[in-house]
Amino acid sequence: MTLQATISTALRVLGQLRRDPRTLALVFGVPAFLLILFRYVFDGQEETFDRIGGPLVGLFPFTSMFVVASITMLRERTTGTLERLMTLPLAKGDILFGYGLAFALVAAVQGSIAAAVAFGLLDLDVDGPIWLVVALAVANAVLGMALGLFASAFAQTEFQAVQFMPAFVLPQILLCGLIVPREAMAPVLEAVSVVLPLTWAYEALSLAVAGETGWQVARDAGIVVGCAVLALALGAATLRRRTP
Amino acid sequence: MEPEPAIRIADLVVERGGRTVLPGLSLDVANRRVTGLLGPSGSGKTTLMRAIVGVQVVQSGAVEVLGLPVGSPELRSRVAYVTQAPSVYLDLTVRENLRYFGALLGVPPARVDAAVDAVDLRGHEAQVVRTLSGGEQSRVSLAAALLNEPEVLVLDEPTVGLDPVLRRDLWTLFHDLADGGRTLLVSSHVMDEAERCDELLLLREGRIVASEPPGPLLQRTGARNLDEAFLMLVAEDE
Repeated sequence: MTLQATISTALRVLGQLRRDPRTLALVFGVPAFLLILFRYVFDGQEETFDRIGGPLVGLFPFTSMFVVASITMLRERTTGTLERLMTLPLAKGDILFGYGLAFALVAAVQGSIAAAVAFGLLDLDVDGPIWLVVALAVANAVLGMALGLFASAFAQTEFQAVQFMPAFVLPQILLCGLIVPREAMAPVLEAVSVVLPLTWAYEALSLAVAGETGWQVARDAGIVVGCAVLALALGAATLRRRTP
Repeated sequence: MEPEPAIRIADLVVERGGRTVLPGLSLDVANRRVTGLLGPSGSGKTTLMRAIVGVQVVQSGAVEVLGLPVGSPELRSRVAYVTQAPSVYLDLTVRENLRYFGALLGVPPARVDAAVDAVDLRGHEAQVVRTLSGGEQSRVSLAAALLNEPEVLVLDEPTVGLDPVLRRDLWTLFHDLADGGRTLLVSSHVMDEAERCDELLLLREGRIVASEPPGPLLQRTGARNLDEAFLMLVAEDE
């Protein structure tokens, strides 16, 4: 792995996104739009909005980076650029970390915009530091990207890749405790939720917005980063120099 | 002393999708020559090229390039591969594509201009590849392979869909590269390109039916042209 190849790859991915302003507008605009929706769906129930609004800011990047990364990688596979990269002096890590760098940057912007709208415009009230929410958003984005890269290996078409989003992401959102506290779920589901990375991402976020910045947040964030590394390793295993 | 062949293949067996594409192929590709790999579609040309650049899963056999077993990391900067379908980023400009591949190959940015000139795309540098014609897109893909002046170039149907003038220019470029010490393996399914090659490999159903320069091939078969020679060899083969 070389720094130049990693950074070049990150710049290339960002360059591709820059040529697709509509996607960028959606990535940056949709979370803000959804937060506004949430705020007025829970009109007059500020407490509910305060409880879920903060974590949502941190969870959006997970979903969008999952989709964007898996489609970008799928295109590399189907257009033959991945095969070309595999014939070049470039380590798999350069590709994965290049992607990671690029999407973390996009997520930082996305998270900041969502945070600005939530805290500035919608008077979302949290006890914890806002920077921590944004930082956790970036970590979740890297996790989403890593899972997306992994999932893209199992998609032959963009239709399939898009369908992986509800398949991989929605169950995790249902089980993470955002909608119903995990203790209230059927015991089987509660047990399943323990091994899903988004559960820990949500816990970190809900603790952060509750004003807890201690070791438990650090542990949960550590689990998220660990899962991202694991997913990246799985993703690396799906990048083969030789294919049948 | 005979120069070492640039590419050496022994008993190569490749199966794809449950079908044996190469049933035990052995061949040499001469150093510093333009070798044409010819044969009908489905004869195994692309599979053979993929095996040579190390992206094909092979069942058995040995493939050596520049004296090194295929898959050696060192070969990745010494061998370039251009696929039949242009493998460049359609949503980036010509220059952005070439800068990226150049950065991976570690070449100075000035090489981008040289590669653009070599494939006659001057004036298109700032154009997004998606907006180029099919022939132009495949030349961008070719330019990316010329950036670091690799010793071996494996080109899968690089002249498909190009007009006669461009085709002539590209063949001139191929010969200039060979004169400069490069080895080129160029596939085609059009026989009229065969006469532009120094050496020919005729592939049929995964087997080599002829391996010699165009002149001797014509002489040996007594055919009037290479098309006819190929048909005669196929008839003999059956």
